[in-house]
Amino acid sequence: MKLKELVEKLDLEVKSASGNLETEVTGGYVSDLLSDVMANCKKGDIWVTLQIHPNIAAVGTLKELAGIIINNSREPEEETLKKAEGEALPILISKLPAFELVGRMYELGISGLR
Amino acid sequence: MVEESSIFGKGFTVRGGDFANAGEVSCKVRNILKEIGINSDIIRRVAIVAYEAEMNVVMYAREGTLSFEVTPDRIKLVMEDEGNGIENIELAMQEGYSTATDEIREMGFGAGMGLPNIKKNSDDFKINSIVGKGTRVEVTIST
Repeated sequence: MKLKELVEKLDLEVKSASGNLETEVTGGYVSDLLSDVMANCKKGDIWVTLQIHPNIAAVGTLKELAGIIINNSREPEEETLKKAEGEALPILISKLPAFELVGRMYELGISGLR
Repeated sequence: MVEESSIFGKGFTVRGGDFANAGEVSCKVRNILKEIGINSDIIRRVAIVAYEAEMNVVMYAREGTLSFEVTPDRIKLVMEDEGNGIENIELAMQEGYSTATDEIREMGFGAGMGLPNIKKNSDDFKINSIVGKGTRVEVTIST
């Protein structure tokens, strides 16, 4: 599924790299621990997290993720968005809590296993 | 450390406590390797090593240098810092062990996975530390 479809179906707010939503989302991962994401997230994953600081943009870039969804309506820091924009990495916001958000993505066919 | 057979090498300074720019050096390393056409699976491993090494300096040291060198058959990364050093390396290598402050943990760092992640992605891994002086990590990834 393309990131663009996820944005539409889950009513996500696009905060950065709005021109880069054609990426194929090939899996998903949820974690608020950066090293866990570095170790276990895969290229093309959508990453769900509560973290909002600039380092998430570096992690998303290094892991070549499809994008990052920040749950519970948390607003990313300005510097985070600046960095994400520079790396063409989409950061999205969902109003939903992580459990519900992930459940809905799973229903749409996105899996945490490959 | 640049050898004659080296195709490319570069070093970057990482400042301790600089969370705002943390991760930038790793991104630079990754972009350079991408530009010189290194295989993407290798780049992914280097990215993990560089990121964790960089974060260790940001979290625990005063200042450090991350340098890398590309030769025809391997990539070597060296992270050297000036800082408190590691008292018990065996413990530090255990997954989940961390001396990070609560503040650092709240940001999602200090999960006790850094050094294990580095080792897992290395073909050769060496670590030396002197308490009160600093730590040196040397990693080789065969290409």
